[in-house]
Amino acid sequence: MSGSLSLRNRINATVRDIPRSGIRDFFDIVTTMKDVISLGIGEPDFDTPWHVRESTVFALERGVTHYTSNLGYLDLRRALTQYVALNFGAEYKPDDEVLITVGVSEALDLALRALINPGDEVLYHEPCYVSYRATILFANGVPVEVPTRAENGFRLTRAMLEERLTPRTKILMLNFPNNPTGAIMDRKDLEEIAAFAIERDLIVITDEIYGELTYDAPHTSIVSIPGIKERTIFLHGFSKAWAMTGFRLGYACGPAELIEAMMKVHQYTMLCASSLSQKAALEALARPETDVTEMVDEYRRRRNYIAAAFKEMGVQCHTPLGAFYAFPSVAQFGLSSKDFALKLLHEERVAVVPGTAFGACGEGFVRCAYATSMDKIKEAMARIARFTRQLK
Amino acid sequence: MDELLKILQTNALEKREDIARMLGLPPAQVDARIADYEKQGVIRGYQAILNEDQLDLDKVTAVIEVKVTPQREGGFDTIAERISRFPEVRSAYLMSGTYDLLLFVEGRTLREVAGFVSERLSPLEGVLSTSTHFMLKTYKRFGVLMHEEKTDERLTVSP
Repeated sequence: MSGSLSLRNRINATVRDIPRSGIRDFFDIVTTMKDVISLGIGEPDFDTPWHVRESTVFALERGVTHYTSNLGYLDLRRALTQYVALNFGAEYKPDDEVLITVGVSEALDLALRALINPGDEVLYHEPCYVSYRATILFANGVPVEVPTRAENGFRLTRAMLEERLTPRTKILMLNFPNNPTGAIMDRKDLEEIAAFAIERDLIVITDEIYGELTYDAPHTSIVSIPGIKERTIFLHGFSKAWAMTGFRLGYACGPAELIEAMMKVHQYTMLCASSLSQKAALEALARPETDVTEMVDEYRRRRNYIAAAFKEMGVQCHTPLGAFYAFPSVAQFGLSSKDFALKLLHEERVAVVPGTAFGACGEGFVRCAYATSMDKIKEAMARIARFTRQLK
Repeated sequence: MDELLKILQTNALEKREDIARMLGLPPAQVDARIADYEKQGVIRGYQAILNEDQLDLDKVTAVIEVKVTPQREGGFDTIAERISRFPEVRSAYLMSGTYDLLLFVEGRTLREVAGFVSERLSPLEGVLSTSTHFMLKTYKRFGVLMHEEKTDERLTVSP
């Protein structure tokens, strides 16, 4: 008989070496505690609009329980191209330039797998969504992070990108409005980035899942800038603006050749997105103005409340312009982000996420999601105020 | 609608300093604007939304459709205002469609409401006919569900 079975050595080296999401670790601690107010939740507290839920029940009764086309229902793709044209300023053909996916997460994975040859470099800005680096690595790409800074509102500039560019750079990933910083980019910022991508012949993947959630100015998409659409994969979905996270429904729009390549991976791994979720999405698109506007108004009030509360505490926090996250600096308290978050959790029972969960340059910051009720936000801010007073 | 009014319409007990934070205004300005709205008569009062079914009250509510003759001067307003002044009438609306006024009338008993309709409402000059419906159960009032327990099934921390 040989020695004990070592499974660890059998695991793919990339998977083995990637750490679990820092969010996951934090989640494990929080779940052991009682009476915690969580500002750590990256999904809306609103329920999915009732007309969407009601029509999903009806779809189930009607027997919408089968596979759909790999690309997704054609009527949904048609509705989506109209929605994207109207709200993001780019025209796509429903027949071959749209792919319905299982959330934006799958769409991002497909885009990277469809594009990357081993060793290709992918530029992405940090702090960023927790999955970017891992998804690039799983696709055998080389993640190249571009740190953004609070001083200029966590925006991305051409100079920052030039610094990290190499002959192997193939893809530029964007996420504005941004999780976790709440940063947005205006048209001028994006024109500079688009010019860079065109001159350096890069493919752009833009994750605009928070596109509807801006508070002081309407969102501008990079795909609305002339000349960039031809080399861009646009990603969007229903989780945030319609509070439909559990439906897992996203989509990608892009040049037919790239969508076809993504469709091949999707076809052999996922087959299609849930038929019920696709019907739900179609219903959601029927009246986005009312559903989304009401939620955005409420998020704006909460955003204002949190920003004002941090200001009163003397905690620096750049004004979040989009998404539903505030990203205040806690560097003045002499604790690491993680220690600050742990101490706050243990002493005041408020959960925030250490900035380092979103990249090394998130050190000195914590993420506070305001996708939670105003009553809880008030209580959480009162507790944080008490906590910071005692730290000073 | 003004954000300030939206906030108050959702929760009239919202503290001034909290409203100030939500709107990015100094608290004194919030006070001044509320006082203005009260003075103008835009804000006409503040009430709690009760789930009366839980209270076991001696009370019945009727919804009454009323057909009336509009008057030569004053149209529907004169008769509608006259009817609205009865304290039994809790709400009154001018409607389009097959009747003219919709009333929400409260009384302690069915008999009391019936008495109001037959002795006070119907005899009024200009009232042509009434149709009375008694309310049995309340599911939702002023946008608030009466029987829902709010639960949060979300994970406590998520990306």
